[in-house]
Amino acid sequence: MAARSMPVPVSDAPGVSPWVPVPFRVEQRAVETADTITIALTPPKGVPPIPFRPGQFNMLYVFGVGEAAISIAGDPTQPENLFHTIRSAGRVSAALSQAAPGSTVGVRGPYGTGWPLAEAKGKDVILVAGGLGLPPLRPVLYEMLRDRERYGRIEVIYGARTPKDLVYYNQIQKWRDRTDLRFQTTVDAAGREWYGDVGLVTARVPDIRIDPANAIAFLCGPEIMMKFTAQALEAKGMTDGSIYVSLERNMKCAVGICGHCQLGPEFVCRDGPVFRYQDVRRFLSVREL
Amino acid sequence: MSDAASVGARYILERAEFPRLLGALRGAGYRVVGPTVRDKAIVYGEIREESDLPIGWTDRQEAGQYRLERRSDAALFGYNVGPQSWKKYLFPSRERLWTAIRKDGSFDVQPEPVDPTPLAFLGVRACELAAMGVSDRVFGKAGDPSYAERRRHVLRIAVQCGQAGGTCFCVSMGTGPAVRTGHDLSLTEVVRPDRHYFLVEVGSEAGATVLSGVPLRPAPEGDVATATALVDRAAASMGRTMDPNGLRDLLVNNPEHPRWEIVARRCLSCTNCTMACPTCFCQTTEEVPDLSDEKVERWRRWDSCFNSGFTSVHGTSVRQTTHSRYRQWLTHKLATWHDQFGESGCVGCGRCITWCPVGIDLTEEVAAIRVVPTPAGPAPTGKGSS
Amino acid sequence: MTSAPSSDGLRLVDHRFFEGVKGGLPQRLQPLTIERTYELGDMLVREGDIADRFVLIFEGKVALEIVLPDRPRVTIQTLGGGEVLGWSWLLPPPQWWLDARAVKRTRTLEIPAPELRAALDARPEDGYEFLLRLLPVVAQRLDHTRLQLMDLHGG
Repeated sequence: MAARSMPVPVSDAPGVSPWVPVPFRVEQRAVETADTITIALTPPKGVPPIPFRPGQFNMLYVFGVGEAAISIAGDPTQPENLFHTIRSAGRVSAALSQAAPGSTVGVRGPYGTGWPLAEAKGKDVILVAGGLGLPPLRPVLYEMLRDRERYGRIEVIYGARTPKDLVYYNQIQKWRDRTDLRFQTTVDAAGREWYGDVGLVTARVPDIRIDPANAIAFLCGPEIMMKFTAQALEAKGMTDGSIYVSLERNMKCAVGICGHCQLGPEFVCRDGPVFRYQDVRRFLSVREL
Repeated sequence: MSDAASVGARYILERAEFPRLLGALRGAGYRVVGPTVRDKAIVYGEIREESDLPIGWTDRQEAGQYRLERRSDAALFGYNVGPQSWKKYLFPSRERLWTAIRKDGSFDVQPEPVDPTPLAFLGVRACELAAMGVSDRVFGKAGDPSYAERRRHVLRIAVQCGQAGGTCFCVSMGTGPAVRTGHDLSLTEVVRPDRHYFLVEVGSEAGATVLSGVPLRPAPEGDVATATALVDRAAASMGRTMDPNGLRDLLVNNPEHPRWEIVARRCLSCTNCTMACPTCFCQTTEEVPDLSDEKVERWRRWDSCFNSGFTSVHGTSVRQTTHSRYRQWLTHKLATWHDQFGESGCVGCGRCITWCPVGIDLTEEVAAIRVVPTPAGPAPTGKGSS
Repeated sequence: MTSAPSSDGLRLVDHRFFEGVKGGLPQRLQPLTIERTYELGDMLVREGDIADRFVLIFEGKVALEIVLPDRPRVTIQTLGGGEVLGWSWLLPPPQWWLDARAVKRTRTLEIPAPELRAALDARPEDGYEFLLRLLPVVAQRLDHTRLQLMDLHGG
């Protein structure tokens, strides 16, 4: 198997059964869109905040309902508040979407590999998010803006279905006002109230100003979006060795034992969810793998 | 025998004294589990006395066929492997992981303790020892606590095969029939018209300890040679062969081979192979609330990559066709297992061949893919519109 | 919207459509161009109107809108500097099938269709060059539209 320069995954505390969720408290709840909310979770008394790296996820548990794998979307320097942005899609995410401040949500984690920020040092950084792909990238943005001189140009492209589906709307306006990064938003369709771009994230790629020989890209969204965005980045001169994707598969255990999340030889929960595109593109191009 | 047994030493246990071995195990606090006849098959269950064993029974196995037959002798271990494997004890098909109770708006979780009763596995084939080694590495890498806990309390009494089964190919996979490692004790049963005895080889201190009080005498060379010849005979008469060389690359490089479609049309996606396979480890979790909603249990149970919903994500499934599921199972077992765990996931026990209702034989599938592999290398990436 | 025959303003040779061209085609077409500036909200073309010119966008943002009788208009794509509006003027019947509205101050160079056709007819090698450049634009627009059906931003 080809060697990979992946960050080593963080595992949960030794000695504790990996199956046991810790009851966190819902501290805040904010509505993002018609079907998406963001909650902040704080640890119970006696449990220190759990550090995480951008790109990792937690298994969030609703008593009596079940668990779902949700990316951590907050600031990694403030793990006392674990932010998760959740779209109501299945039974568990629907239940999580109802979680009111003061209620309890179980947490197992953090799991998985994170975005390779160390490799981004001194480079132009491109973040491309499709739909709910922005939450897993938000910690990267926090990290980079905290340490701005460490990185070259920062180009962010975020695409949603319609303007009403944009998450972190107010925060995006603040990011767009900054001069030390470029934040482009685009939607699939809009009405007269939208003066921004309409079209795919891929259409924004030709205009980004980067040095393709010294750039790194983090992509997150539907697999088809990542595939065509990578293609557009390669057309701009980047190689698949400097493009990273975050994959999603059915997860039950998050520790590489239930077998559900396998993509070829990779356990997405443990060897991913962040992968270097070069290492997984051959598996992504096989139907039903 | 008065002296303590030593690791590596070989002894003779007469057939008539076999119950003394069972007694020694139970006396040492072990719950003995081993082969027993039930539902017209040799399965694993409680062994309280020697009559629980499949004395005088053998199995006839072929692709999609399993039948018990009476032997002409009274061998205790004169069969090969049945539909069950020892994973039923180390990785039970249903297991409660924890119980949670609501409390003050939050909840308390009680992990389920593992039964600490030591187990003695009586009659472990070489391929099964190899399978346990494979599972040790799978569950070990994931840090699974209940597997590790159960595994700690297991004594393994292996039995060397004196005959090959119809679907076995342990020789091809390098896992048998000779028991070389992983055993606490190894027995080779020799049945002659004039004699019936067991060659006992001590594999560990734990095995040596259990033998104290069991009437044994050092094994003469002739008896050792007889036992070895039996194992060699088994090795020479394997029901199947499968060349494992280059298998990893062969399957990883041939995801679009036409053979997958051919086997898919036969496969019922019934999951028998994954249940019977001693190394399959896929599992799922379930929430089991009680009626009051005050208490909930988290269970895990066996799952199979052949089950629908196994790969469900975003309201659809990644592997919807039997074609893709069979390909996943075989490629994982024989190829990507190497990437994940550094070895093959297959030990050549033949269960998947025997217990497939339509008789799909993975050795045959592999041979077919080998004959005409599609060109190696990743699929070309196309661009542009049409 | 203001217009003027282009003098020392925008030049065709600077537009991405003519990137890498040899042989002087943009220079030959330059005298035919009219420079236009559209303010926010101005319509460039309307659905149903005769498609009478080739429009190259240099700066700004143009929203392509579909007009539906029973609901508010929907923008299905925006185009910016370096892109061209469309090719309806080249195909019979020459009719725009979308509205195009400036959502930002937009500057264009536009070539009236009859004159452009005449110039390309007069020099077939220019016509060939032009079509070779137009075809990838059409192909890319088709790819983009097909992908838009695949819900890339579905997340």
